[in-house]
Amino acid sequence: MTKKTADQGEGRLADNIAYFARALRAAGLPVGPGAVLDAIAAVEAARIGMREDFYWTLHAVFVKRHEHSILFDQAFRIFWRRRALIEKLIAQMSPIAPGGAKEEKKPQAGALRVAEALTTPRQEKPEPVEKTEFFARLTVSDREVLKAKDFAQMSAAEITVTKRLIAEMSLPDDEVTTRRFLSDPRGRRIDPRKTFRRSLRGGGAAIDLAYRSPAVRHAPVVALMDISGSMAEYSRLFLHFLHAIAEKRRKVHSFVFATRLTNISRELTSRDPDEALARASKRVQDWEGGTRIAHALHDFNRHWSRRVLGQGAIVLLFTDGLEREVTRELTFEMDRLKRSCRRLIWLNPLLRFDAFEARATGIRAMLPHVDEFRPIHSLASMQELCRALSGEPTERSNPRQWLRAS
Amino acid sequence: MADQPGSIDSTLALLESAGYVADRSLATVLFLALKLGRPLFLEGEAGVGKTEIAKVLSSALGRRLIRLQCYEGLDVASAVYEWNYAGQMMAIRLAEVGGPVDRDTLESDLFSERYLVRRPLLQALEPDTSGAPVLLIDELDRTDEAFEAFLLEVLSDFQVTIPELGTVKAEHPPIVIITSNRTREIHDALKRRCLYHWVDYPDAERELAILSSRVPQAAKRLSQEIVAFVQAIRKEDLFKAPGVAETLDWASALVELDAVALDPALVSDTLGVLLKYQDDMQKMQGSRAKDMLDQVQSVLRAHA
Repeated sequence: MTKKTADQGEGRLADNIAYFARALRAAGLPVGPGAVLDAIAAVEAARIGMREDFYWTLHAVFVKRHEHSILFDQAFRIFWRRRALIEKLIAQMSPIAPGGAKEEKKPQAGALRVAEALTTPRQEKPEPVEKTEFFARLTVSDREVLKAKDFAQMSAAEITVTKRLIAEMSLPDDEVTTRRFLSDPRGRRIDPRKTFRRSLRGGGAAIDLAYRSPAVRHAPVVALMDISGSMAEYSRLFLHFLHAIAEKRRKVHSFVFATRLTNISRELTSRDPDEALARASKRVQDWEGGTRIAHALHDFNRHWSRRVLGQGAIVLLFTDGLEREVTRELTFEMDRLKRSCRRLIWLNPLLRFDAFEARATGIRAMLPHVDEFRPIHSLASMQELCRALSGEPTERSNPRQWLRAS
Repeated sequence: MADQPGSIDSTLALLESAGYVADRSLATVLFLALKLGRPLFLEGEAGVGKTEIAKVLSSALGRRLIRLQCYEGLDVASAVYEWNYAGQMMAIRLAEVGGPVDRDTLESDLFSERYLVRRPLLQALEPDTSGAPVLLIDELDRTDEAFEAFLLEVLSDFQVTIPELGTVKAEHPPIVIITSNRTREIHDALKRRCLYHWVDYPDAERELAILSSRVPQAAKRLSQEIVAFVQAIRKEDLFKAPGVAETLDWASALVELDAVALDPALVSDTLGVLLKYQDDMQKMQGSRAKDMLDQVQSVLRAHA
């Protein structure tokens, strides 16, 4: 092969990898331009001889998360589908256009997303958004009225104002100590490094002790939200609440469930809460369907608890507890959940009723396994929750009192 | 000191020679990591042999293995370097006794390599006679994000900055293997600098190969039954499925008990080696284990 054709061949390879990266990006893999350069370097370094090697070489560079493997696999199949393409590229010859996307014989998981990504994107018209602006500077009495009002009884306008109030709310500052140290003049431990440097400044004659104390940080919050029909009015505003916490530099993992458990933490990180909610609800397919609490908890315990409940996490379980079938599984999963986190707080909008009694079997089964049982139906109750998280004593939260009462 | 492998096949052979039965995808990634000088990020369930890869690599290549076990609150003082304060204090006192000394000389004397306590990351950047060492950063998911951020400098430029001394840069970058059990997600910025590989449970054939290479004392029949049983148990709805490490432990335990084949009583007596959660054990105890064993044995008989 002359040098000229070799260059040309490399160019083709580079182009094709760049196209492939673009397809991956469209399929939802975070692939940056740096990764493309890495991939080209890797393919050159590996001196690919087999299709499988080519696959794993690109896989090593482009895939950074286990769950992306399946998307990569599909994209790889579709993109490099013409058998000869890879072999030809390996030989670094013949110009070949990137493969078009047609339907695979057996659509597998992830295939739809990838196939969509590989076809030319349809122009999606954004739905016209109703823009209503509200004057958020309310009078004190307006705020007071709004504070006590049940979310379910609010008008659309009131809800909009409430959303802004949630965003302004003073959020919990519960802190846990870490094993790191920060210098602190009032600390109780000697900071040898600083002490030494200081005494050296004075020639080493006098030893001026510097102190440090353990650093503190916010404990992560994990929210498990029931989004079944009965909870609809409350779940949306609770999502706003989570978004507000997540924005204030704290780690929040959010999961929603009705029949299936879905992780929406990533969706909730975008700046604008409404956009975040729109993205989250796009992910969630069973929005406001029926509920299977035990099943959702089982899923969470099995697949997520070990990944998100580290570092002293607090779990906010947001559900009305009205499980249709109460089985031993529910108690078992609740028990496991409680044992794996630092604090389990059950938020139940049913507590808005003054005459609420823990009668339903689902509620009675779950109550013994939570640390706290609180209402979450109004701004006031949200603020109460913030105070409780900050460690201030609040009343009416002990779950035992509900079990005794009825 | 062995040379770095020149191709994927020779990487595979290298691992095999050190007793690690790898699949081709792992060999590919490992080869690339060595060739491109990039850190290798291995994720997977506990006990699938992630840490073992680093150990095997260091012994096969004849390099030094430097291990940094991560834990929550791991800080620079225990991961990178610390000054020997007691020694420095003493040096000051001695200098005073000897009469007036120049402040600058004293300071440069005190903050010299002599009083530097090297921790794993700094050790890994130092030149070694047997070639660049293998740096194993184990269970990175146990630390907090602050430490991850610190690793960025080390992993992309293979250098560490010590304010009093300056920047220490590795002449030959170490072979870095990072493992994570995925108890939390590692930040993308760190992953971006690495080659990623998910280490999965091996299939039956490979697990049998691993077993016969690691526990050669086990009878052939017994090994087959063990592997088939473990493969079956992984398909059950368990909180923690047994990894390869558990399979090997179980095999050694059974060998110690002089077993030549599995029987239900033996299985339920030794189940604790394989399963580590009370409710998983409860699920598998008794008739369930027996059914599974019968099934496994009948399949094996059919093949024999």
